[in-house]
Amino acid sequence: MKRFWSLLFLLVPIGGVATFLVAPYFNIVLPRDVSVHGRVIDNLFMFILYLTGAVFIVTELVLFYFMWKYDAKSNSKPVKYSHGSHSLEIVWTILPAVTLLFIAIYQMDAWATAKMNPPNIKPHAEVTGRQFNWDFRYPGGDDELYTEDDIVRTDGKLYLPVDEDILLKITSADVLHSFFLPNLRLKQDVVPGMTQSMWFKAKKTGGYDIVCAELCGWGHYKMKGRVFFLPREEYDQKILEMAAEQNTMRVDLPDEDE
Amino acid sequence: MSTVTADVHSGDHADHAHAGGFLRTYVFSLDHKIIGLQFLFSSLIWFFVGGLLALGIRWQLAYPWAPMPILGNMLAGAEGGQIAPENYTMLVTMHATVMIFFVIIPVLAGAFGNFLIPLMIGAEDMAVPVLNMLSYWFMWPAFIVMGASFFVEGGAAQGGWTSYPPLSVILEAAPGSLNGQTLWLIALTMVGISSMMGSVNYMTTIIQMRAPGMTMFRLPMTIWGMFITAILQAFALPVLTAAGFMQLLDRVAGTGFFLADGATANNALMASGGGQPLLWQHLFWFYSHPAVYIMILPAMGMVSDILSTFARKPLFGYKPMVYSIGGIAGLGFIVWGHHMFVSGMNPMLGMTFMVATMMIALPSAIKTFNWLGTLWGGKIQYTTPMLFAISFVSMFIIGGLSGIFMAATPVDIFIHDTYYIVAHFHYVLFAGTAMAVFGAIYYWFPKMFGRMMNDAWGKVHFALTFVLLNCVFFPMHILGWTGFPRRLADPYHYETFRNLLPLNQFISWCAFIMVGVQVIFVINFFWSMFFGPKAGRNPWHSNGLEWQAPSPPGHGNFDFQPQIYRGPYEYGSPEVEEDYYPQTQPPPAE
Repeated sequence: MKRFWSLLFLLVPIGGVATFLVAPYFNIVLPRDVSVHGRVIDNLFMFILYLTGAVFIVTELVLFYFMWKYDAKSNSKPVKYSHGSHSLEIVWTILPAVTLLFIAIYQMDAWATAKMNPPNIKPHAEVTGRQFNWDFRYPGGDDELYTEDDIVRTDGKLYLPVDEDILLKITSADVLHSFFLPNLRLKQDVVPGMTQSMWFKAKKTGGYDIVCAELCGWGHYKMKGRVFFLPREEYDQKILEMAAEQNTMRVDLPDEDE
Repeated sequence: MSTVTADVHSGDHADHAHAGGFLRTYVFSLDHKIIGLQFLFSSLIWFFVGGLLALGIRWQLAYPWAPMPILGNMLAGAEGGQIAPENYTMLVTMHATVMIFFVIIPVLAGAFGNFLIPLMIGAEDMAVPVLNMLSYWFMWPAFIVMGASFFVEGGAAQGGWTSYPPLSVILEAAPGSLNGQTLWLIALTMVGISSMMGSVNYMTTIIQMRAPGMTMFRLPMTIWGMFITAILQAFALPVLTAAGFMQLLDRVAGTGFFLADGATANNALMASGGGQPLLWQHLFWFYSHPAVYIMILPAMGMVSDILSTFARKPLFGYKPMVYSIGGIAGLGFIVWGHHMFVSGMNPMLGMTFMVATMMIALPSAIKTFNWLGTLWGGKIQYTTPMLFAISFVSMFIIGGLSGIFMAATPVDIFIHDTYYIVAHFHYVLFAGTAMAVFGAIYYWFPKMFGRMMNDAWGKVHFALTFVLLNCVFFPMHILGWTGFPRRLADPYHYETFRNLLPLNQFISWCAFIMVGVQVIFVINFFWSMFFGPKAGRNPWHSNGLEWQAPSPPGHGNFDFQPQIYRGPYEYGSPEVEEDYYPQTQPPPAE
């Protein structure tokens, strides 16, 4: 009982580390990365995790040790009448400052790649968020958006070629949404009145979730889409299929004479 | 030292100053202590409301769409207790709003700021008592309007506590929420007016009304925290108030400050436009990021005082602590953009904000090391307030370190708006500030009511809360690790997140129990108010000036003219025999 409180605080670093160690056994981990650049972000995440984890463990252990050792009931030595230490202050100012600056500068390349240097290609599709659906517009045969042969789909399924640079134009029709692809480590809020670009390269085929990550109203939770990465031939085939489907679609317009 | 033990004076002159009867003494009081207690009680009541709202959120995440027992009918606003999706967004919005604007800010600045500032600097009262009274009574229109918004058609605001337009501006975007959002904006303006009156008063009082000998660098850290907070509020708050008015006009008067041309939602075309939704985010976070520091700096100050008192040792590095509070406040004004890394803001700005944000971790690190330094070589007394104060340090380490992840822009792309963020700010605001507030209540309770709270039950309250809060909030880090987004009424709609249901159920049950455990605190609080053992002036053998006044202090606070000889942290000084050396004790004659 005597050392109960220090031991209670020792649970913090133990529990904290244990949580992160046990989580993978329950499949609670970073979602499977299917992009080319995602690895960089994951590595940065793990880099910061190990760094802060080390600081976390050390500071919490120091706290535990001080609580254990300097308990008034067992510590018979007089208190250290000290108002601080100038040299210690300098050490623990400069060390974190250098580390933090390093982390910041170390991140800049990845940020620039993800958000500042779009590839010089034509957009593969335009993504529009609207309450509560993701709409997609493909350029069709002429590779130009906003022409007559564009394909417009509102079924929430986006088809893209795998292993190729992808460029998307993203925007919103009503309120803010956020186009979040967990498996590609990508997220960008879409803003009405602004058209933004998003680029990436997928390295695995298959279907992955599109999550809306910005509160957009009551149906926010169900604003779910899927992105499918297909080999080039299948992708071309899919585009032709969708174009054909659109051409056979008929919309009965009301008579304009009335 | 006659003043230390002279308890007979306690309360002697308590009543002759006001003759106005009950209403003037306890309701429309000009006395800073009564106003402080009024803030404390209203914050605690809203703390309870905010906690109930959180229970609704946790229920839905553990048992989506299942009718919620007991509280369901009240929180869900529908028969059968099933939480509808629009009600879920309402719960999320109002939990944050209540906790931030009605609990944390008022309890720190309003309750402890009011109660402690004059006592700790040796003043009779605030510089402008009438303004002080008004600052409390301007909270009431906010309480009433916000409270009423739960009962208007469509319920309270559903736009998130950040109230991002166009969702919060175009009525058709949130069909359920008609007037709730409008009332929310009005209430927020009232809170702003209240805080502004308080902050002007605090600055004036601290600058002008210190007792003889109380130089700026003899002020306790609590007062430094309050002082810097008041400055932050004075400079940041007008921006939010103005932005709130603009949003109100957008909503009710058809202006278009935050609407792009041709804005539309749900087939309703807005006539106005020409504005920018991102403008709101800049203005909002220009206030609300400094507000994060408004919500923690006073807590840091109070924790510093409690740590030094019960380590029986001077505070380690007093001046670096003061400078780091100043540094946090200064940098706090240029980091707001880190809330907007993926908002569509120019990515070039992201780099600037990343560097500034990384740098703000520095003063926080300095403070943590100095707290550890304070414990080093002390004689730690594990009283209830001390346990809460140490837990603040331990939890703030987690909350501070997890902030580095989101400061790093590429990592933030992934974790933005996930539970990682939720874990981070609950570690700072609940595990940090709320625990510090509990500690401060246990610590200053004797001064407020003249009686001690029960220490054994206090420790039971502490141990259970401490363990449970970690069970609630720590696993949220690994939820965020998977990309689990915030504010989703049913995250299991996505296959990716389906395996997270059991973990969420665990979190929810810990949260339910944690809220239940607070009953121990409530009973201890009220029982001790009337039946606790009498405290005397200085039950903790503390140096602080407030402990030289009677408990509770009468009108005018001190029954002697305080003369200050030293800073508040002279514990274990070789100059005196006792292990403490009050600020008012004259140095021994040579």
